[in-house]
Amino acid sequence: MVETMILVPGRSQKQGTSLVAGKLKDEYKRVTSTAELNEKDMRRLKLKDGDKIRLKSDVGQTVVTCIAKKDADLPSGMIFIPYGPPSSELMAHDTAGSGMPLSKHMEVKVSKV
Amino acid sequence: MVEATQTKSKESKNIKIVKDATCTFCGCVCDDMELTVDLDEHRITKAKKACVLGRAWFYEHTIDDRPVVLIDGKEATLEEGIETAAQVLVDAKFPITYGLSDSTCEAQRVAVEIMDIINGSIDTTTSVCHGPSGMAFQGVGESTATLGEIKNRADLVIYWGGNPAESHPRHFTKYAVTPKGMYIPNGKKDRTVVLVDVRRTPSTPLADIFVLIKPGKDFEVLWALRALVKGKKISENIEKDTGVSREVLDDLVSRMKNAQYGVLFFGMGLTMTRGRHFNSGAILSLASDLNEFTHFVAKPVRGHGNVTGADNVVSWQTGYPFGVNFNRGFPRFNPGEFTTTDVFSRGEADAAMIIASDPASNFPKKAIEHMKKIPIISLDAKDTCTSKIAKVRFAVATYGINTGGTVYRMDDVPISLRPAFDSPFPSDQEVLEGIRNRVKELLKGDKARLAA
Repeated sequence: MVETMILVPGRSQKQGTSLVAGKLKDEYKRVTSTAELNEKDMRRLKLKDGDKIRLKSDVGQTVVTCIAKKDADLPSGMIFIPYGPPSSELMAHDTAGSGMPLSKHMEVKVSKV
Repeated sequence: MVEATQTKSKESKNIKIVKDATCTFCGCVCDDMELTVDLDEHRITKAKKACVLGRAWFYEHTIDDRPVVLIDGKEATLEEGIETAAQVLVDAKFPITYGLSDSTCEAQRVAVEIMDIINGSIDTTTSVCHGPSGMAFQGVGESTATLGEIKNRADLVIYWGGNPAESHPRHFTKYAVTPKGMYIPNGKKDRTVVLVDVRRTPSTPLADIFVLIKPGKDFEVLWALRALVKGKKISENIEKDTGVSREVLDDLVSRMKNAQYGVLFFGMGLTMTRGRHFNSGAILSLASDLNEFTHFVAKPVRGHGNVTGADNVVSWQTGYPFGVNFNRGFPRFNPGEFTTTDVFSRGEADAAMIIASDPASNFPKKAIEHMKKIPIISLDAKDTCTSKIAKVRFAVATYGINTGGTVYRMDDVPISLRPAFDSPFPSDQEVLEGIRNRVKELLKGDKARLAA
């Protein structure tokens, strides 16, 4: 099953502490490759915490681990992931003349690996 | 006044206490730290008053065992690194310098000078942070204040598109929500805190009012608020379009108009989404509009420790805050043309100097692919994806921990750094001054070639 969702990368506390320890270290790689999904969306996609999912945009794809967030905290159809190389892999380079790529509002196709 | 005392503990260790030290992890630049430094171990063992991010910043920056310079992956001397870096920059037709948000203002000004001498481009991480806000400032202006003024006066605090509890933990406790101020004697009890975001975050519980907005609909909500503030009609479909009801908007407008002193703090939830600089322009305009009724300001919440300093330094030196090109012998500003993501994605730069940032990790794939084709000069306190692909990689001291200097808080207040312990690595300022001096020698006092 493949569904289209909105990916919102952002900062998190663990992303902040692990990047200071070193961006080439395992903890940073783990934090930036763990995506949060709405619990109902995960049930519908037959996913459970720790499963691998493929995120695919028009420019790239990446495989990350998923964990569930309560419906009240993360709206259905939205994915949150701490910034890092996996989210950059999905980012288009067009900045619409602003210098800023659309980094927080990416349409991605989600499927179980 | 710097107060540093050196004592011997019971374990006979060389311990130094640095009072009023400054944390440069984020744009809050909290300057009330008390650091306990083990001078034998070259590490900070205690950081009093630091938040979780600040503690990580202070504890994780020790002295790494790595060569000062690598050229093509091979160990080299500092002098050899400077020579190779200068040659790369002088030989390039379209060099660009990028980063600088985790460097001192003193280092930033040397980086600008080098690009001026060789007719290159200078850009900072602002271009992928609050660059759109920098564009909006030029378009609609900024009703602004220092964080001290906000702490002492603001009774309505609105956060839009940000999660300070995780990205700027002490923004709430030191500056804007819980601290008591001159006209806010009871701290949070005297303030109303509103949070507008596309999801619930650890910041949400601190808010008195949480407004959940549909992703990519910030501009529509901000424009509707502007209309309502001015007494104009808005679309009846506003809730369907944006996820925010008319009742919530009316309540917000009433609170904003009746506040004694209001502030709109906005994060990258506005600048990195659909609308970009139009979103920043809308929130800045809303603050300006509200000054017809009360006192209202808007401030971007800035990320890295001295990204605000980078804006200031590049503005002093060139007249523009980021995305500046000297190719014609004078500074030109054009986001989209001279900003680094665009320059790399179009395959234009033929050399790049990356200072204290990691675009090989954070940029779009197409830009990173180009970085791998050109000579990169990297200056960083830690190894990164960018330093891994660099032709010349300098390991530098950590600003604020190993070096002094000046940084700017997110409200444009300059703050002096109080270093904790020495580093065997040079500061980025020292490396940049070496490169600048060698570039001047190579050009024999002339400027680099000008564009035809």
